[in-house]
Amino acid sequence: MASAASSPTAPLITDDTVPDAVVVRFAGDSGDGMQLTGGQFTLSTALAGNDLATFPDFPAEIRAPQGTLFGVSAFQINFGSSDITTAGDAPDILIAMNPAALKTNVSDLKAGGLIIADSGEFSERNLVKAKYDHNPLEDNSLSRWQLLAFDISALTLESVKPFGLGNKEALRCKNMWTLGLALWLFDRDRQPIIDWLHAKFAKTPELAEANIAALNAGHAYGETAELAVPVKQLHLPPAPAQEGLYRTVTGAEAISLGLVAGAQLAGLPMFFGGYPITPASAILHHLSRLKEYDVTTFQAEDEIAAIASAIGASYAGSLGITSSSGPGIALKGEAMGLAIMTELPLVIVNSQRGGPSTGLPTKTEQSDLYQAVYGRNGDAPMPVIAARSPADAFDVAIEAVRIAIQYMTPVMILTDGYIANAAEPWKVPDMSAYEPFKATFLDHVPEGGLKPYARNEKLARPWIKPGTPDLMHRIGGIEKEVNTGHINYGPANHQAMTELRRDKVLGIAKGLTQDIAIGEARGKLAVVGWGSTFGPIHQAVRRVRRKGHDVAHIHIRHIWPLPENLGELLKGYDQILVPEMNTGQLKTLLRDQYLVDAKPLNKISGQPFRIAEIEAAIEGMLA
Amino acid sequence: MNDMTTLTKPRVETVLKDWETDQEVRWCPGCGDYAILKAVQRTLPQLGADPKNTVFVSGIGCSSRFPYYVESYGFHTIHGRAPAVATGVKLANPELDVWIVTGDGDGLSIGGNHTMHILRRNLDCQILLFNNEIYGLTKGQYSPTSREGTRSPSTPAGSIDHPAKPAAFALGSGARFIARAYDVARQLPDVLTAAYNHKGAAFVEIFQNCIVYNKDVFADFTEKKNADDGQLWLENGRPMLFSKGSKGIALDREALALKVVDVVDGDWAGAGVIVHDVTNRSVAHMLVEMPFGAFPMALGVVYDDPIASFEQAVVAQNAQLAKGKMPDLQKLVGQGQTWTVSAREETDAADAGSAGSGPEL
Repeated sequence: MASAASSPTAPLITDDTVPDAVVVRFAGDSGDGMQLTGGQFTLSTALAGNDLATFPDFPAEIRAPQGTLFGVSAFQINFGSSDITTAGDAPDILIAMNPAALKTNVSDLKAGGLIIADSGEFSERNLVKAKYDHNPLEDNSLSRWQLLAFDISALTLESVKPFGLGNKEALRCKNMWTLGLALWLFDRDRQPIIDWLHAKFAKTPELAEANIAALNAGHAYGETAELAVPVKQLHLPPAPAQEGLYRTVTGAEAISLGLVAGAQLAGLPMFFGGYPITPASAILHHLSRLKEYDVTTFQAEDEIAAIASAIGASYAGSLGITSSSGPGIALKGEAMGLAIMTELPLVIVNSQRGGPSTGLPTKTEQSDLYQAVYGRNGDAPMPVIAARSPADAFDVAIEAVRIAIQYMTPVMILTDGYIANAAEPWKVPDMSAYEPFKATFLDHVPEGGLKPYARNEKLARPWIKPGTPDLMHRIGGIEKEVNTGHINYGPANHQAMTELRRDKVLGIAKGLTQDIAIGEARGKLAVVGWGSTFGPIHQAVRRVRRKGHDVAHIHIRHIWPLPENLGELLKGYDQILVPEMNTGQLKTLLRDQYLVDAKPLNKISGQPFRIAEIEAAIEGMLA
Repeated sequence: MNDMTTLTKPRVETVLKDWETDQEVRWCPGCGDYAILKAVQRTLPQLGADPKNTVFVSGIGCSSRFPYYVESYGFHTIHGRAPAVATGVKLANPELDVWIVTGDGDGLSIGGNHTMHILRRNLDCQILLFNNEIYGLTKGQYSPTSREGTRSPSTPAGSIDHPAKPAAFALGSGARFIARAYDVARQLPDVLTAAYNHKGAAFVEIFQNCIVYNKDVFADFTEKKNADDGQLWLENGRPMLFSKGSKGIALDREALALKVVDVVDGDWAGAGVIVHDVTNRSVAHMLVEMPFGAFPMALGVVYDDPIASFEQAVVAQNAQLAKGKMPDLQKLVGQGQTWTVSAREETDAADAGSAGSGPEL
């Protein structure tokens, strides 16, 4: 990735060197199928053996009025022959399917980068909708970039003529025509896409054939046409990678698979209670197709019922799971308190999005850390762990299940809109390498009588399933008496129980060691991050280290409780920088816990950090 | 009556004492809840219910303390959410007998949404809604079932909003079993038994006397002296008679509404009195809408017409979807279009076998 973002001009154009990585952005109207195009280009990239990272960016509106600026949907992919951890800073190539897509994206394009535009969509009407006074394809305003404009709409219509589609349906094939051209540009095999189209349109073979014809036509256009600018075909060699079987995975898929794996490792049936919300719904969709793994999914009437049903299922001996995004998590708050009080295992997945309130439903943010760690009434301690990438979400989900069961506690997983939607190559894990952590249920009256709130060495209480003979007991949200679990409002008892709940959760930190992603255990500066900022922080630290600076990258998975050694580790650095997509929530937590002078670097634009932004902040601190 | 029920569970012999816990009951002295608790504890042995397979789930409020006093499994949850918790319990283990205990505030105000959805889904459970037309635990504010003009700490000049009708709400939500009784009614165990025997969501509205904040609000029909004229006890296959058989409920065919008719010399048929059919949904709607005063209070089993229950359907669909598929975690994580990186860092073409299932991007 590094070379792509740092090279002064874009590759592909006349330059004879093959770049290490390339950033391509597909942008069009939300009806143009850009996410699908990007997804298929991603698949082709993965199959070509390149490392990659993607960033889908789409509007909150289902179908905003066609051609408008707020209806633009974009998909960016960064791919190359070396380790890729971000979706890239500035694109090298922008494919703009209409004036609005050009207008909203072109300023991001690297100087000298290539614009591929569908001139057929640059009509008077569309120019007005995109608020252009003049046609930018004709008024020289794009002279900083290379421009390749031709009538993709007309070329598509021509290519699908034999299939007798209506004009509207025929134009829908534009995205496949464009994908065909992109496949030519990077010397890719069309067959996997053709197979996919056959499968997708199995019930309407004429649509499959029309789309394939458009794909082939786009490809042939690149191969045979005299393009207006001297674009040459590029072949990026595969990235070096560990030997093994790979696939691409999005965060939502990885979380779902990890939860299933976690339930299986625990030997438990899974119950998932969910309520539709962007960007968390994908997890409900994935899990609802995995019934053979003893998974029950329940689309509840609201967020509260979703978590309440999951708590009920955990009480009855299943692994209860619920998932949502910021506003929905807020609604679940009281029920989380119930799970904390009744000490039942529960996994809550929070796919964060821009807030507060409805905020930015389709944009990414990390602003729910306070909500996750602190956001409940009473002293309500709850473990919180965060995934740093789509693939990492798999292991994070398993870890959440393990903690929930071993400590009889709800656990929150933090991901975000970026992780949920973005895809990256994933080395398929060897499941036999995962140690099972079988859940156990109390099934007999222990010596000394039944004590539903007795504690084991982890301070966890026994899990007792209704249906077990002789162990009938009552639990609830009212303060419990130590050991017996009876109602008890007594002052000493509340103090003791509050401390027990706190200590149980703090005990999870025992044996958790914070590692250093890059760098040494002592030094001038540590850049400390969490969640999806891993990629840009990692690359920024690498770049600055290449310039000879003493900088380390520490990335925290266990947000609460924090790993046992983190305080000591942080005290080994002269300075600490905490880049976050919020106004400084982890920064505050670190200051509070360790009295260290952590400095914030905040971005709250709904967009992931650029490497260059973090690089500049690091250099500013070292100057 | 309940054709769909296949009661395969073995009867367990218990006595009332077996259903009492060691916890001190903390309702106000004289509270109607005591009578309901006793009725439930008396009925459970008659049902042959098994304490280990019985779960009482409640929300918040006076009524919701109920689970602490029944020697079975019990879950005192959060305000209004008992139906949602119970749904998870029953889906996780359909073998359990699930009872939900709620009140007019818990079940119709903060939890009205969940009450509606558990009924339309038809989860197999018994929902006992203790209706006392007041908030007791928070000290006397008017509730969603309080009559217009109810003076309370939050409505010193009298409440303005129109009350909800629990049974009508339940029926409108799609309930397949509706019954009504009151706390000290001797028929309450029979009503509870019918609810238990109904496979699906059984909604029972129990008028409960809050002697502190809303004393005797139902006296117009519960008091002994008012019982004959004020209570219409419904029995399947029997004419709808009250006032010692001197009055009955008939259909006013002109107005398409119910009317009270006099019955002379026991000739109820001649007076056009309706024979109660618990599967008649149209009549059930009319019975739960009868304005008290002009009509008696319809009590007993108003409606009982079972259909497949939610958890049965979920279990059946899950089994159908899983049929013939072997769970294989290794295969699952390796699904979609895959590629292999060999030792020499070269890539092979897409794995043809897994490519067949199509990419999942």
